[in-house]
Amino acid sequence: MVLRMASKTSAALSSRKQSGNGSLIGYFPAGYPTLDESIAAAIAMCKSGIDVLELGVPYSDPVMDGLVIQAATMQALENGFKLKQTFEAVSAITAAVDTPVLVMTYWNPVLSYGVDKFARELAQAGGAGLITPDLIPDEAQSWLEASDKYDLDRVFLAAPTSSPERIQRACNLSRGFVYAVSTMGITGARNEVDQLAKTVVANIREASTEALAAVGIGISTAEQVADVNRYADGAIVGSAFVRAYQDGGLEALIAKVSELASSLK
Amino acid sequence: MTNLRDQVGPYFGEFGGRFVPESLIAALDQLETTYQAAKADPSFQAELNELHRTYTGRPSIITEAKRFAAHAGDVRIFLKREDLNHTGSHKINNVLGQALLTKRMGKTRIIAETGAGQHGVASATAAALFGLECVVYMGEVDTERQALNVARMRLLGAQVIPVKTGSRTLKDAINEALRDWVANVDNTHYLLGTVAGPHPFPTMVRDFHSVIGTEARAQMLQEYGFLPDALAACVGGGSNAIGLFHAFLDDEQVQMYGFEAAGDGMDTPRHAATLNYGRPGVLHGARSYMLQDEDGQTLESHSISAGLDYPGVGPEHSWLKDLGRAQYRGISDAEAMNALRLLSRTEGIIPAIETAHALAGALKLGKELEPGSSILVNLSGRGDKDMETAAKYFGILDGASDGK
Repeated sequence: MVLRMASKTSAALSSRKQSGNGSLIGYFPAGYPTLDESIAAAIAMCKSGIDVLELGVPYSDPVMDGLVIQAATMQALENGFKLKQTFEAVSAITAAVDTPVLVMTYWNPVLSYGVDKFARELAQAGGAGLITPDLIPDEAQSWLEASDKYDLDRVFLAAPTSSPERIQRACNLSRGFVYAVSTMGITGARNEVDQLAKTVVANIREASTEALAAVGIGISTAEQVADVNRYADGAIVGSAFVRAYQDGGLEALIAKVSELASSLK
Repeated sequence: MTNLRDQVGPYFGEFGGRFVPESLIAALDQLETTYQAAKADPSFQAELNELHRTYTGRPSIITEAKRFAAHAGDVRIFLKREDLNHTGSHKINNVLGQALLTKRMGKTRIIAETGAGQHGVASATAAALFGLECVVYMGEVDTERQALNVARMRLLGAQVIPVKTGSRTLKDAINEALRDWVANVDNTHYLLGTVAGPHPFPTMVRDFHSVIGTEARAQMLQEYGFLPDALAACVGGGSNAIGLFHAFLDDEQVQMYGFEAAGDGMDTPRHAATLNYGRPGVLHGARSYMLQDEDGQTLESHSISAGLDYPGVGPEHSWLKDLGRAQYRGISDAEAMNALRLLSRTEGIIPAIETAHALAGALKLGKELEPGSSILVNLSGRGDKDMETAAKYFGILDGASDGK
């Protein structure tokens, strides 16, 4: 067993928890609408109150994403986003703020780039790790090795339909936190956060006293963020931030982040 | 190289697997368990066989295409007539099998993707037969070029949803079906139509289609007294090809040829020749060859045939390619359309444009093989659905000039 530094991501979530506040994890796609604007947006989000940044990699076939994020990432690709710019974005963001930056990516871009090379360059850029929505631990051998080698967080998902064995595995192998999928569905705002979220978090608690659980999918309001943080270690918001930016640019994005973050003070 | 036939998923060599969101794993596990139990249950196979006998119209016949073969050098060409199945293509073989599994799982709704509409029509048909709700996702581009099949599906009671995202073809229809499945997995079975996707689909769909090759092998031996020297089938996702190939995989003297869509031509970037020009990656839940750029973004494929217009391919084909057991070649739109017209005029059989790729491949292959060789072509579907495309292509509608 190699001794490794504690995950910066889990440290951020834990310290918020200990001080009596919850955490807000915010998603924004790299390269949307352009690389520079996405970097500016991400830095602004970090300065406005998110505790962990989830930087999305635009991908041609995003099967876990709803229309809002699909439209944004498609636009990033149309505007010429290249995979290598992910590392540029991570470097620029981590140079400006201390917020841990997790990259959210579908698996094929990483596979295509080379898993070890991707991990090495992500670590060099100051990235904290990866969230992998279509990579289950069963298929992740090369990523388990690379993330160990470069001390990166790896966030696997736990779903309402996951068996106790699979939840256990996700807890054992995740680092940073376990992504508790709140609902059976794809990303996008919903009026109510599914009660299933509570069950998934309870299942994670059952499986592990150490793993942190952040809830994602369907969260878009301050009330929902506060509510989720009563039982989980963080709330993940994506589409609502992208929608705010689509509707009102950087200003609207900052307002939305501030509004949701204020619910945790 | 023996017992290739015994290979089952999740992995075919380095290909296959389950690269899907965690939310779908329980459904894939349930499907695998249900399928394994059904396979071991003689009453399941009996029910499926009875459906094939009394509904599909199996066994499908073999037709020797003598006048067509005269254009292919000195070889004999045999056609496995999957076009004569109910609904007009091989797709019904898999659909009936999965519909029975849907019932066993207690699910009431099926969703399907479709390119040319053949799988969508077959799924809508099975839904009607079994009283299931049916939603078919079809790229908007494909709903336009296969309008007749859209009408057929709707008449059968299915809801057809044109997919307007991405390249608006088969690839995006699969994405949309996967999104639907994640959200509705408790009452919905995703009736995937090809040998791609996450395990257990590549193995299960292959098994349901292997009846093609099993019948054809026995028919060749019984009626002609020999096995063919070569097999020819078109390959998009690869379901009809693997269905024909599977029973012959361990007959080392039988060569296998899959024909991919070369679109504008193999020397152009506008093609769907995944196994020729792709490289391994992960698309739609499995590791396999796929068309992708240097960043791993899926490239758009191009083909006149909606059913072959797909930048991925089933993992077992990737495995067979790397093993050298099957060869995969490209056929251009022009070559396919010429073969479509030739078969129509020499044999009185109008094939689907997809199938025409295999026929064009057989014409070329015939000139390479030893004189007196025989080629068994999987005539995977009939061409009724393609009349509008063909009429435009050849300019044979009234008011247009005659012939191209």
